[in-house]
Amino acid sequence: MNILGKRYLFFIISLLIILPGMVLFIIYGAPLSIDFTSGSLMEVSFSSGNLPAPGDVISLLNESGIKDAEVRTTADNTLQIRAAFLEDVQDQETISAQLQTAMEERFSDTVTILRFENVGPTIGQQVTRRAALAVGVAALAVILYITVVFRRIPHAFRYGVCAIIAMIHDVAIVFSIVAIGARLFGWQMDALFLTALLTVIGFSTQDKIVVFDRIRENSTVLRRLDFETLANHSIVQTLQRSINTQLMTVEFMLLALALFGGVTLREFAVILLVGLLSGTYSSIFIAAPILVIWEKKEWKNWFRRNGEATA
Amino acid sequence: MTRNLTTRLIFIVLILALALWVDFSSTLTITNPFNGKTISQRNVAPRLGLDLQGGLQVVLEADLPAGQTIDRSQMEVARTIIENRTNALGVSENVVQLAGDTRIVGEFPGLEDSESVIAILRKTGLLEFVDMGTAPVAVGTVIQTDFGLTEIPENPEQTIYHTVMTGADLQSVQVITGQMSGYEIQFSLKGDGTDIFAEHTSAHVNQYLAIVLDKEVISTPVINSPITDGEGVIQGQFTYESANALAIQLRYGSLPVPLKIVETRVVGPTLGEDSLQKSLIAGVIGMIIVMLFMGLYYRLPGIVADVVILFYAAIAFAIFKYIPVTLTLPGIAGFLLSTGAALDANILIFERMKEELRSGRTIGQAVEQGWARAWSSIRDSNIAAIITSLILFWFGSTFGATIVKGFSLTLALGVAISLFTAIFVTRTLLTVVLNAFKPKNLTRWFGI
Repeated sequence: MNILGKRYLFFIISLLIILPGMVLFIIYGAPLSIDFTSGSLMEVSFSSGNLPAPGDVISLLNESGIKDAEVRTTADNTLQIRAAFLEDVQDQETISAQLQTAMEERFSDTVTILRFENVGPTIGQQVTRRAALAVGVAALAVILYITVVFRRIPHAFRYGVCAIIAMIHDVAIVFSIVAIGARLFGWQMDALFLTALLTVIGFSTQDKIVVFDRIRENSTVLRRLDFETLANHSIVQTLQRSINTQLMTVEFMLLALALFGGVTLREFAVILLVGLLSGTYSSIFIAAPILVIWEKKEWKNWFRRNGEATA
Repeated sequence: MTRNLTTRLIFIVLILALALWVDFSSTLTITNPFNGKTISQRNVAPRLGLDLQGGLQVVLEADLPAGQTIDRSQMEVARTIIENRTNALGVSENVVQLAGDTRIVGEFPGLEDSESVIAILRKTGLLEFVDMGTAPVAVGTVIQTDFGLTEIPENPEQTIYHTVMTGADLQSVQVITGQMSGYEIQFSLKGDGTDIFAEHTSAHVNQYLAIVLDKEVISTPVINSPITDGEGVIQGQFTYESANALAIQLRYGSLPVPLKIVETRVVGPTLGEDSLQKSLIAGVIGMIIVMLFMGLYYRLPGIVADVVILFYAAIAFAIFKYIPVTLTLPGIAGFLLSTGAALDANILIFERMKEELRSGRTIGQAVEQGWARAWSSIRDSNIAAIITSLILFWFGSTFGATIVKGFSLTLALGVAISLFTAIFVTRTLLTVVLNAFKPKNLTRWFGI
């Protein structure tokens, strides 16, 4: 099985998944939740199961003095109201109770408040900044760790860098999926999304290390092989494990969560599912190929004639 | 080797027994078999997060003018005060924690009436010295005092205690090493307080003077002798920690820093209950599918791995209960993921074993080699995962992002426990099974 020979094809496949998401990001902006932007969110359910039209709710909100509210229905037949941050907490308490009564009267139904969240502006900004910092620190720690444990083979540093490039690829895939999910199902980037993203990052390196470890082992045994053949051989040897661990155990677990785990977990499970799959994919089709490209210094050929590069 | 194996088996059985004991009890009690006295007791009831049982989360932030900083000890004092105040509400399992440098996160599970908590958080604390006569009430009791009392209370049966003075009369408070042993709390009073105190203590020697914070009794010292110079000492069975805690409460009956509420989240009980049930069902379904796969694909070793994964679940759950780790929705997901990681180690080993068997080694050699060769990748990949989880945990705790914290903690613990079960337990059990069983047909028992 020659996997590495088709390396540029795999890069194109990844780009095809990443680019649409990036385009959506540019057009519509990031689908940030109040966790990042600050604001208040109220989710309610109606016991009859018939949701009022969002427009009617907005006019009701306007009458109660809440301007610029966004109202939308969710896939789980609940109603989500988003509005600006309520500065005064006392206010907030009365508002949620008042709204509940107002909605019950207007739409003659029993309204249950499922959740009511109010996030101040200082938190939102800091969370974003610290999350980026956490990811950065994690990436550095991983590069350092890989460089140390791979120090016995040549260019140990490259392995760390390739693992991180592949990790960035996984992050890009996750962002793309969220951008698409935001258009299709109204997904939002909230604290749960952040958790899923950070997990993808954590497990992403785990996969790369398993493949790299085989290269490490083989490079001491099979010294005479050229690097590409050796890397390809290592990938094929670990392929069964990658499929079994990822598809059969982890992905099944997540699929069960996505299908039966209830609403709160669905978005989380799907993002994890895609992200972890991408983690396995990128360890075989991104990280190892980049190692080979680096070894052969292939970029010297990129700008010559097209045919040569992929040959 | 056989004797070694027996020791290992005994060790495994002991750990399993310990884990099951924690799993199936809500409190752990160790009694001395000779006199029947309780040596230690620990509550190990599973702790559910707000997203699973509903409740209120509040994030408070120090409201400081720009450029002014606050040190950690002051935040810790504010945290302690808030914890005490909210505990007085009678809501069980409140958690009040520091998050980062300027924030305090309070979680009140199962609470629907968020208004009462918020009201209490905004109030400043009231410290009173209350005359208890000769019959003190137990520490922790909430009492009625006559301070600030304008109308006759609804329940005339309840005793109304007399407030001698309030915390406003305190000049300074410090912890000192006692004359005999242990620690004491030394305090001095302001001018007015000195007079009031001198008068009261002269008339009430050998009676109790309770220290009451927000109407809750926090200590009931006895007046040993009249205190006329405004310098007194509170003696008692204090450790340094308890003396310090009391001193803090005396010093800062009111909060040392102004706090404002920057975030509130209320999760209704219906949403939480629904999520808990569904995620548990999903977890069970996922586990069954994965176990079926392991058994069918890897045969004998797979079945051993299945047994060990149950074992793993028992140990992990016991540790979560013991620490205790608050179980949240992402926490459950993290746990399920770590089960996947636990199996990953086994899959790596079994794949290696199969390779060795195919190249013609005996079963014994293949088992030995499988473990030896898979070890480096298991070690390195899991350490990398633990590093990331720890960074996540740090991130979660600085922000009061409890969901991130719960998730990363269950993940990190899960990965660590799985290293133990996959390497130690699976190997021992597999060796025992292979020794007893001596399978000949590789295709049937190893799926080759």
